[in-house]
Amino acid sequence: MVKERFTFVFSPDTYAKPITYHLVKDYDLRINILRAEITPGEEGHLLAEIEGEEDNLRRALEFLAAEKIEVIPTTRQVTVRQEECVHCGACTAVCFSGAMAMNREEWKMEFRPEKCIVCGLCIEACPLRIISVGFGGGKAGEA
Amino acid sequence: MAKTFAEINEKIKKGEAVVLTAEEVVRMADEQGLKATAEKVDVVTTATFGPMCSSGAFVNFGHSDPPIKMAKVWLNQVPAYTGIAAVDAYIGATELAEGREDYGGAHVIEELVAGKSVRLKALAQGTDCYPRKELEGYVSKETINEAFLFNPRNAYQNYVAATNSTNRILYTYMGMLLPKFGNVTYSTSGQLSPLLNDPYLRTIGVGTRIFLGGTQGYVAWHGTQHNPQKARGENGVPVGGAGTLSLIGDLKAMTTEYLKAAVFKNYGVSMFVGVGIPIPMLDEDMARFVTVRDREIKTTLLDYGVPGRSRPTLKVVDYEELKSGFVELNGRKVRTAPLSSIFKARQIAATLKEWIERGEFLLQEPAAPLPADATVKPLDVKELD
Repeated sequence: MVKERFTFVFSPDTYAKPITYHLVKDYDLRINILRAEITPGEEGHLLAEIEGEEDNLRRALEFLAAEKIEVIPTTRQVTVRQEECVHCGACTAVCFSGAMAMNREEWKMEFRPEKCIVCGLCIEACPLRIISVGFGGGKAGEA
Repeated sequence: MAKTFAEINEKIKKGEAVVLTAEEVVRMADEQGLKATAEKVDVVTTATFGPMCSSGAFVNFGHSDPPIKMAKVWLNQVPAYTGIAAVDAYIGATELAEGREDYGGAHVIEELVAGKSVRLKALAQGTDCYPRKELEGYVSKETINEAFLFNPRNAYQNYVAATNSTNRILYTYMGMLLPKFGNVTYSTSGQLSPLLNDPYLRTIGVGTRIFLGGTQGYVAWHGTQHNPQKARGENGVPVGGAGTLSLIGDLKAMTTEYLKAAVFKNYGVSMFVGVGIPIPMLDEDMARFVTVRDREIKTTLLDYGVPGRSRPTLKVVDYEELKSGFVELNGRKVRTAPLSSIFKARQIAATLKEWIERGEFLLQEPAAPLPADATVKPLDVKELD
């Protein structure tokens, strides 16, 4: 079993398709929707945690590609310029998914992208402005 | 067995001084007891690296030809104060660039320290002795005559912890405070923090040599809002913000590793300042003070959702709780997070320790003590008629 988080990017042509139905029914995946922004007639985004057999997930991603739905792993959406981090902890005050966490032995901020739900609060909280998030189609490093 | 500053300095010069950080000395006291610790240890290094708004730098640009008496000055579009001599200015860390909210004096200071070029614009009225009326171009720390950091209030002796009772996010100098007591932030390095290891300021005074921004600096005066009358615990440690220091040092010798601009959304610009202070182990009393533990340092948790001068105290918490990651509030566990970097504070305490061990940094006995009877007055103006 594998568990990963992705943002699905829907174009005006694809937003109406029952994608999550197919992922569950055809590929036996467990889907936990964490965030969604879907506006009829416009681009939409869905952030979801997907859990299932590795082979099923691979085939599901091929299906999504065939349906022209862009899939972006959350690990590609958030960037922390860690070499510039002073480990103040301000981001950890607002990160409820635990992606930005303080190691209380070394007192260093540790970024765990696999836990990120791309909420964006850390960008606002970081006093050094070294965190960037590109939600929904944005690439890592784009705010 | 009491020791003097002079005796400790002799040991430092000979390379014989025993120097520990404020965290290391706690471990030694646990293992060997207070008396042995007082005898064996000569200096304890303390440190903090937090956002300190009350920061800024005096700059003397040098004289142009023809000379100018600068009346208005901007550095990278950040206004600097010029109501002093012809080519002197003070750039405050929190001053914002005109038309911007995310760039200010702290960024200019950091860029100067980094050796970058900074755009200088100056306007003047023109006088017989200073005829020039305008000047614009680039300067750097290599070209300007002098630059020194002068911070009116640093190294707060303890500070409050903050939370938020309202139903909206508050954007404060204590970071983002989430609605409905969603988090708690604090900004002191606890048992590593300089003034918490010398609660009555017995060894720290005017002239004390310190680590400041990566180089040697000095305590210039007591800081603004210095309040030694603050209520104290049984161990003498104030519960909440008390003493403060005014600090000075050569900006050109500082490093961006220990001087960093900070932006707090919807609040403004501030500056992380690295401060380290050596505490001489004069006697067993000092051993008791420098072995203070996080659990013995208490502060008040205030509700920043109340916008008045006197915010209600929700509870008294200690730093062991704060640093554990959670405090209990209203029957539930609330996440805590620091705003000052304990990682950086440890680096500073270790660096200062090395300097002393290598004989490069001697302790300076204060020229004058900091006031013990000062109080803080609120602003109560006589209203206009």
